[in-house]
Amino acid sequence: MRLKVLSDKAKEAIEVQFPSYPDKRSVLLPALRIAQEEIGYLSESAMIDVADLLGLTPVQVYEVATFYSQYNLKPVGKYLIQVCKTLSCALVGAGSIVTYLQEKLGIRTGETTSDGLFTLKLVECLAACGSAPMMQINDRYYEQLTPEKMDRILEDLKRDGKSPLATGPFMLPVMGERS
Amino acid sequence: MQTYEPILLKNMSRPGYVGSLEDYRGVGGYAMLEKVLKEMSPSDLIDIVKKSGLRGRGGAGFSTGMKWSFIPKDHTGPRYLCCNADESEPGTFKDRQLIERDPHQMLEGIGIACFAIGAHQAYIYIRGEFDLGAEIIQNAIREAYDAKLFGKDLFGTDFDIDVVLHRGAGAYICGEETALLESIEGKRGKPRTKPPFPAIHGLYQEPTVVNNVETLANLPYILKNGPEWYAGIGTQKSTGTRIFSVSGHVKRPGNYEVPLGITLREMIYEIAGGVREDKELKAIIPGGASAPFLKPEHLDARMDFESIAEVGSMLGSGGVTVMDVDTCMVWAAMNLMEFFHHESCGKCTPCREGSAWILQVLRRIEGGLGKPEDIDLLVSLCERIEGKTVCAFGEAEIGPILSTIKNFREEYETHIAEKRCPYRPDAALAIAH
Ligand SMILES: Cc1cc2nc3c(=O)[nH]c(=O)nc-3n(C[C@H](O)[C@H](O)[C@H](O)COP(=O)(O)O)c2cc1C
Ligand code: FES
Repeated sequence: MRLKVLSDKAKEAIEVQFPSYPDKRSVLLPALRIAQEEIGYLSESAMIDVADLLGLTPVQVYEVATFYSQYNLKPVGKYLIQVCKTLSCALVGAGSIVTYLQEKLGIRTGETTSDGLFTLKLVECLAACGSAPMMQINDRYYEQLTPEKMDRILEDLKRDGKSPLATGPFMLPVMGERS
Repeated sequence: MQTYEPILLKNMSRPGYVGSLEDYRGVGGYAMLEKVLKEMSPSDLIDIVKKSGLRGRGGAGFSTGMKWSFIPKDHTGPRYLCCNADESEPGTFKDRQLIERDPHQMLEGIGIACFAIGAHQAYIYIRGEFDLGAEIIQNAIREAYDAKLFGKDLFGTDFDIDVVLHRGAGAYICGEETALLESIEGKRGKPRTKPPFPAIHGLYQEPTVVNNVETLANLPYILKNGPEWYAGIGTQKSTGTRIFSVSGHVKRPGNYEVPLGITLREMIYEIAGGVREDKELKAIIPGGASAPFLKPEHLDARMDFESIAEVGSMLGSGGVTVMDVDTCMVWAAMNLMEFFHHESCGKCTPCREGSAWILQVLRRIEGGLGKPEDIDLLVSLCERIEGKTVCAFGEAEIGPILSTIKNFREEYETHIAEKRCPYRPDAALAIAH
């Protein structure tokens, strides 16, 4: 089978998961993740490739890709900044975090900086409500945010592609070791 | 102040404990999986868990032993166990701690549950945003396979258990158990009509149990210390401990594991340090965004399934969100309605259309354009959702609306009469405007 855009490596990463399930279709979510990681977003060609690999029709793939919020159907910046806007974060300053980022990056939510580096997005609760306000950038969380921290995080990312201010594993106090 | 002995958060509070297989085995980990596989029958195991009184920690609080016993004994095809690690209920962040700090504790629970229901295949459904959690679980699975704790012919028996980590891709509804199954099957996460329940027709139409991370993590300890020990913690009907995630306007937000049945007052004022800046308390959500708001007059309610239901809310996911006196209740309800509207899967018309309509009315009231009849309109919209949807999302989304109208009606009235939000939300609170 000739794939349009996905590499042999991506094809292999997808096919290696087939034995984990009684039905190939179960690999659809993982396959879309792999495709998105390779191409940067889910282009129509990428979705057609996934459909071919899984023996599905393109519309079966498209229907799933449009349901889940993590799939990007359009290109996004190199760093996807997702700020949590749900209640616990909003109660302790998520709003000012968003305002600060918009001003600093010169974009509004949903937009990408002209250098293609940062996309800013608002998302719903990411299960880090106790260390709010928080954001996720690509695959890492950044918690207990302040403007100074955000300045450093963005500089680190620009310079090194990662930041030591990324948080985790889970860090809040547990019973018996309270601050 | 009273301190409580944690069960699930105990290992990770030891200095130097990072949750590796070596760490977990160092505290006796996997001994119970070995014991059940070698020495017990599934029905003994189910009896022990029934006797412990353990109830699901995912939200509904259903008896775990009972749920397992619904799996048809004479079924010859495959059966499945799904671990629900979707943790998407706003205000809840306990499963993330259990996953990131002690993944083997959960994995041992998964093995035990598989044996109880005769499943040889488990899927862990983890929400897509948990990249770190997924890496940690994947590593732990690899460690456990290498040590022959999962795989074929475990501990010299002929029992096989395979575990596969399945990552979601961003959708709150996939925490609902039948939506979760659809999602593993590679479809949109749309809940199925029940009955048939997953125990009869679940994943790939085979008998399936879905259990929450925290529920499963309790199993090794129930077996180690006995069901009487477990039943002796908490209250008579709500046994054991529970990890409550406390957030919002408290001095010490965090996850706190306490026996079921301590009061909201103790949780908020003693354990979580009280309201920030010592402000007056206005509202409490005791069990995640789906749970109706409570007021300070409910502070002496006990945090167990029954007592919280008696005061008109629910223990749900154990996410406790605290709001101080300067929080606008219309704004808070609107913030949660934005969540529910965004997350409605679209399958049932009352929920899909109703959530949009409710949100529109709330925005109008919060923005100073509300009409006196809007409050009744909100109530009637909620009534048209309740009981008319395939899954419990419908009841969940109306909780914040009806409870803020019931407990804080005057705030809605003031917004409408004064044609503005009297709280003049600052930039921080203006987020949803
Ligand atoms: C809208 C909705 C969202 C849910 N989200 C979750 C979730 O994120 N995690 C979870 O464990 N259970 C969630 N549940 C509950 C599950 O449907 C199911 O009852 C639970 O996973 C069963 O496990 P338990 O018996 O161990 O509690 C949700 C239910 C509904 C209706
Ligand atoms: S509300 Fe922001 S992480 Fe939960």
